[in-house]
Amino acid sequence: MIESSGHEGGHEAPRGFLRRYVFSTDHKVIGIQYFLTAVVMALVATVLAMLIRVQLAWPEKAVVAPETYVSLVTMHGTLMVFFVVSLALVSGFGNFLIPLHVGARDMAYPFLNMLSFWVIVPGCVLMLASFLVEGGAAAAGWTAYPPLSALGKAVPGSGLGQTLWLLAMALFIASFTMGGLNYVTTIVNCRTRGMSMMRLPLVVWTFLISAVLGLLSFPALTAAAILLLLDRHAGTSFYLPAGLVFGNETLPHQGGTPLLFQHLFWFLGHPEVYVLVLPALGIGFEVIAAFARRPPFGYRLSVYSILVIAVLSMIVWGHHMFVSGMNPYLGKYFSIVTVLITVPFSVLGLNLIASLWRGRIRLDAAMLFALGLVSAIGIGGLGGLYLGTATSDLYFHDSYFVVGHFHFTIGTVTFFGIYAGTYYWFPKMFGRRMDEGLGRVHFWLTVTSLFPMFLLMHYQGLGGLLRRTYDPTVYAYNAAARGLNLSITLLAFGLGAGQIVFLVNLFRSMFAGERTGENPWQATTLEWTTESPAPHGNWRREVPSAHRSPYEYGRNGGAEDFVLQSAEKA
Amino acid sequence: METARPPASASALAAFFVVLAALTALGFAAISWLPVVASEHGPGVDRTIVYILVVTGVLFLVGHAVLAGFVWRYSRGGTPEYRPLSPKVEWSWALLPVLALTVASEVGVLVIGGPAWSQIYGETPAGALEIEVVGKQFEWLVRYPGKDGRFGRTAAELVHDVRNPVGLDKKDPAASDDVVLRGALHLPEGRPVVVRLRSLDVLHSFAIPELRVKQDIVPGHLGRTQFRPVRAGSYELACAELCGLGHYRMSGKVVVEPAPEFERWLREQAGWFE
Ligand code: HEM
Ligand SMILES: [Cu+2]
Ligand SMILES: [Cu+2]
Repeated sequence: MIESSGHEGGHEAPRGFLRRYVFSTDHKVIGIQYFLTAVVMALVATVLAMLIRVQLAWPEKAVVAPETYVSLVTMHGTLMVFFVVSLALVSGFGNFLIPLHVGARDMAYPFLNMLSFWVIVPGCVLMLASFLVEGGAAAAGWTAYPPLSALGKAVPGSGLGQTLWLLAMALFIASFTMGGLNYVTTIVNCRTRGMSMMRLPLVVWTFLISAVLGLLSFPALTAAAILLLLDRHAGTSFYLPAGLVFGNETLPHQGGTPLLFQHLFWFLGHPEVYVLVLPALGIGFEVIAAFARRPPFGYRLSVYSILVIAVLSMIVWGHHMFVSGMNPYLGKYFSIVTVLITVPFSVLGLNLIASLWRGRIRLDAAMLFALGLVSAIGIGGLGGLYLGTATSDLYFHDSYFVVGHFHFTIGTVTFFGIYAGTYYWFPKMFGRRMDEGLGRVHFWLTVTSLFPMFLLMHYQGLGGLLRRTYDPTVYAYNAAARGLNLSITLLAFGLGAGQIVFLVNLFRSMFAGERTGENPWQATTLEWTTESPAPHGNWRREVPSAHRSPYEYGRNGGAEDFVLQSAEKA
Repeated sequence: METARPPASASALAAFFVVLAALTALGFAAISWLPVVASEHGPGVDRTIVYILVVTGVLFLVGHAVLAGFVWRYSRGGTPEYRPLSPKVEWSWALLPVLALTVASEVGVLVIGGPAWSQIYGETPAGALEIEVVGKQFEWLVRYPGKDGRFGRTAAELVHDVRNPVGLDKKDPAASDDVVLRGALHLPEGRPVVVRLRSLDVLHSFAIPELRVKQDIVPGHLGRTQFRPVRAGSYELACAELCGLGHYRMSGKVVVEPAPEFERWLREQAGWFE
């Protein structure tokens, strides 16, 4: 617990635009840099989604070529998961919030933090540049399964595009690892006086577990990517068996198996879902507490549930491979443990709902999105049962049911967490509020298009529509299901348009929003004890100590119904 | 301050949750979009799906009803009190969801889903017909062992798109009568079928929605799946694993016909080298 008594904090605020806003080591600036980078990448990923939807609504017009379609799907998924949600939610909010919440003047390693951001920037550039190279961007799906991703002959995007994809992912992993090290160290070692682990705001717990999961699982992807690069460029055969034939020509590889990659990928891929979803739930807890004026229901239960989820998430990766030919007993094991994840998840969901009980709810935009998030966890979590149960996954695997399902979990829960967090912490970031009216318009446009859109995809899955298909009219059996494609595309356009309202609000409010004071929401956690925007070093005076639980709402009744975590006990 | 009515936004949000839950439940009618079941284990798969629909439907409706109710009820003002729960109360609260969900989900995996899973991956039933399906970009090749009932040797070096699509070895006597077909699979009604699965290039997935069959084909591995078609008819064979730019059009046909007709059809097929 360092620096808890330092007066001016260790460091002076740097002078000069470059040191302050570009090559800054201030965790708040870095958090905002990550967030804005994610906004740019989100614009690209959303445009790709719209192109996908245009093609699916009017397949007879062949708006894009088949090889382009596969690239679009691959890059949309990759960008959204790793360069939008990971960056905005985990890197963005994590950086901004952790030191403020635990009572530290900055991250444990500020320079490493700056480095992590400046490593992701070329990663973004490489990803985007891959659209321009010969053969186009990577086209093996966001899962990058070999042999498709290993052999240039297999698909046009498997040329330079796939190499750039792998290099960009390597930069992403490097950046994410530096960030994760910082999170764990800061949360474990840099807490202020009195901030015991069980006094941490829940969102900090979710960042901690998310970072630990990331650190444990990303090395598997790193290894997988290195082996894939070697197979592609050094003639090795980690993933390539003997006897592959392309155009009457037998390739010289021998001895490898594509299944190795699948195991390595999902050893990361499944925990990655929780790396993203847990912080969104954490934000949900913070926002719901502040706007229901109640401590979150069952703090301890929630912490234990998060820990159980973390443990389970490391041992269930095989549920992505039920039909890959794995031993049926192994499949059964993966099925049994996978569906158990529903248990801690529903405890978290019920705790979120129960936090409203006997509260005094105010439905500001942040709260609207937090409640939308609760609903989305319900849909996403329950949808997981269909896929985790091996027997039904047999039918749903690689169908639009899966597409609908993961858009609710890693798509909607995370985005709603980002939105709730943005409306809620914007005052602390910029000293101004976002416009409430626009915020509500944004919420209603979003939920009325997004929920039906991704729900309909589940039903398409029931009708057997397969994912990653450029033109579903090739088959007759899916006619009912694909009949929904036009409606879904129109809903997608509506959803896209709704997000413009958010962008306008975001950038306008940065410069013209109503100014706010220290604690506009009358919330309890430590970030609200400093001015808005928080200064360099976070507190001009001494770093506050934690004297009580982070959520003492409804303390005295009346107007001042809360007690700051830093308030000394009488 | 307790006011009589919640603000409009709370009513709207509560209404949204209720409508969402209702529409979701109504959408379960899409279960009728499941293609007809034409295999013996198929009803077991469907039963598992229906079981989960019921369980999740109930949980979803109840959860959203409570969520909507709380939003509506507690937006009317009031003075919340700070009353942290004792660990004991917390644990006893958790007991109900923990038990309910553990039981509901594991019943789905073990009791409802278990039998169909064992049927698909269990012992091969006696008297099964063995055939081979080979996936390649972007075509299905089907091989029957021919009159001798044995699959002849194949080798990757012998593969030629036109002249020898699965790479049969002419020198192996067992190979000469092997029947190789493009894009179509004939199966006898009522007899168990074992399919050997091979890929020549990338991953594919052998999927016949009507038969509730889906099995990835991994290059370098000899895959396998089994089922018993119980309903004559013509069905579609789809590739369910992204295999390149032509993945979407890698379709095929499955003809299930009464056993005598199947036998007659098979006798009429000439071996690839005959
Ligand atoms: C703007 C709203 C969005 C729309 C309209 C949309 C639409 C789609 C569609 C239609 C597909 C399936 C394409 C296919 O399989 O042929 C897809 C794939 C995917 N989407 Fe989205 N999406 C949206 C937002 C998101 C978000 C927020 C995420 C966040 C994680 C996301 C992650 C993915 C992933 C991982 C895939 C799978 C890519 C693959 O198959 O390799 N999407 N999206
Ligand atoms: Cu998973
Ligand atoms: Cu294929």
